[in-house]
Amino acid sequence: MTVTLFVPRDAASLALGAEKVASAIAAEIAGRGLDARIVRNGSRGMFWLEPLVEIRTDHGRVAYGPVKAGDVKSLFDAGFLTGADHPLCMGLTKDIPFLRQQTRLTFSRCGVTDPLSIEDYRHYQGLRGLEKAISLTQAEIVQEVTDSGLRGRGGAGFPTGIKWKTVMEAAGPQKYIVCNADEGDSATFADRMIMEGDPFVLIEGMAIAGIATGATKGYIYTRSEYPHAIASMGKAIEIARAAGILSSSVLGSKHSFDMEVRSGAGAYVCGEETALLNSLEGKRGVVRAKPPLPALKGFLGRPTVVNNVISLASIPVIMDRGAPFYRDFGMGRSRGTIPIQIAGNVKYGGLYETAFGLTLGEIVDHIGGGTATGRPVKAVQVGGPLGAYFPRALFDTPFDYEAFAARDGLIGHAGITVFDDTADLMKQARFAMEFCAIESCAKCTPCRIGSTRGVETVDRIARGIEPEKNKALLADLCNTMKFGSLCALGGFTPYPVMSAMTHFPEDFAPVPMVEAAE
Amino acid sequence: MTMPITADDNTQRSRNIIRNLKHLEGPMLPILHALQAEFGHVPDEVKPVIADELNLSRAEVHGVITFYPDFRHHPGGRHVLKICRAEACQSMGSDDLADRVRQLLGIDFHQTTADGSVTLEPVYCLGLCACAPAAMLDGDVYGRVDEHCLSEIVGEIGL
Repeated sequence: MTVTLFVPRDAASLALGAEKVASAIAAEIAGRGLDARIVRNGSRGMFWLEPLVEIRTDHGRVAYGPVKAGDVKSLFDAGFLTGADHPLCMGLTKDIPFLRQQTRLTFSRCGVTDPLSIEDYRHYQGLRGLEKAISLTQAEIVQEVTDSGLRGRGGAGFPTGIKWKTVMEAAGPQKYIVCNADEGDSATFADRMIMEGDPFVLIEGMAIAGIATGATKGYIYTRSEYPHAIASMGKAIEIARAAGILSSSVLGSKHSFDMEVRSGAGAYVCGEETALLNSLEGKRGVVRAKPPLPALKGFLGRPTVVNNVISLASIPVIMDRGAPFYRDFGMGRSRGTIPIQIAGNVKYGGLYETAFGLTLGEIVDHIGGGTATGRPVKAVQVGGPLGAYFPRALFDTPFDYEAFAARDGLIGHAGITVFDDTADLMKQARFAMEFCAIESCAKCTPCRIGSTRGVETVDRIARGIEPEKNKALLADLCNTMKFGSLCALGGFTPYPVMSAMTHFPEDFAPVPMVEAAE
Repeated sequence: MTMPITADDNTQRSRNIIRNLKHLEGPMLPILHALQAEFGHVPDEVKPVIADELNLSRAEVHGVITFYPDFRHHPGGRHVLKICRAEACQSMGSDDLADRVRQLLGIDFHQTTADGSVTLEPVYCLGLCACAPAAMLDGDVYGRVDEHCLSEIVGEIGL
């Protein structure tokens, strides 16, 4: 019987040598005349174990990792095609604690299936949500999404069902579904993993959104920094067209839907939905003033749903299992599951999908296992470059939109960057301002000028020039940026800056002249 | 205009590329990406061609091209090395890595080595944040970049 091996093709796995491992395995199979085939799956999201090679056995899939090309011969010698023991053997994949403790709804297939096999996709419950949606009216689909409590996973947390309702009710000969896959926040890679590891779920989610709102055309706007995701999405769309999922008659229904992938060009601000729409139209990625809402006047001035990848990829399971099933996970007004991305200086970094409500401490210390360097955790930045730095004293904060907001932070796209005690939070605050200056679209003054003045002010504090006066000035500047900027780039840059100043005042203290001279 | 034949040739090649893509809704970025793939940068002489084909002013075309960091105004090196400079990579020492790369290549960010072998660019996130620090050489990605990995990258560049 043919043995099936899995070697991930996720970009992070490739970055850690998966291609060489796959080649070495193929060479051993050929050289030893074995009956085995290699499936290039997505990643399970346990990056300290990547490249993670799996073997399908009668007892389930057995994991080996992290595998280097040089380990392959010894794996074959040990008989790993039968799931035999080896120093790299992690046992059954599903029993690895990091994976076993998760609630994988959106990521249920990621790392399990061949991302470009529509047969695999159907076998693992794919397309059931779309089939269900086809049997419902538009209003019923929108109601189901509203009842699920799903909120935009891109960071803003706006209720998805309400957005869809606005577009459904908007009049217009042409409406659009635009998937915001411009995942530019450091510490986030959930969108990339879905596009590379389970692209059909995004296609299915967008098709459902199209049917629900009357939109017949979809665009995925992603990043040029994600060539692997662009390639796999492009292939998946072709396969979905051939399979009748994307057609003038979606799965044989009266609904029409088709879509394209578009690549950005290195501008972070295009992750902001109105800048994204301008960019998609072929203009400078400058932020638009709201109103009008994109739901009413979006792409090319037409009614447009703009949703994040994870929001759209969560739709199929909501339609398939029903709103109550999804809504029963989570806490407060944060319903369902959230793919937390644990990154930076962390021992067990990766993607952890779970219901809302875990505390930050549980995520960083218990799941992440502390720092990779083994030093104490000093700070964690939650929510990407526009998110606040949290000290250990706030590790009791539950992962929930409102709980983070109450502590002057944000969940954002659920990325967490861990820093050890060598981090200098004044340097991080300076970087936040510098990043805003580099990436500002320059439309509004607080963001365009404030960010540059912010860098200069931090530099004066660092040099010990009137530190108290300059700290007050920096706080005042942050206030202006927060309330005077047009979008979240200028408006949220104060989060990392103010949190660094508030929680790590020692890093903003004047340094002795001897060190300063170095 | 010392090489008018080449310029005309570029104009015709770019016109063909644009005509293949101009039917798209919002064709500008796909066109610019395609032109850069063809020429290695977006040459000045194609701007009026884009403007003509898309019925825009040259200023509008220039404005779009200059907004996006991806679009090069001059030819880059034979390879492009991008080092991630964002927070997750910073937490794993990417600032030191950046210094080391600058030292090894003898150039700063946004510069090309004198022999034209490589252009060094910063990138703000490659989505490889759980295996930081990260880098990308042309389309190939590298995670947990250490001295060993760096020498592999430099070997690929052929310095």
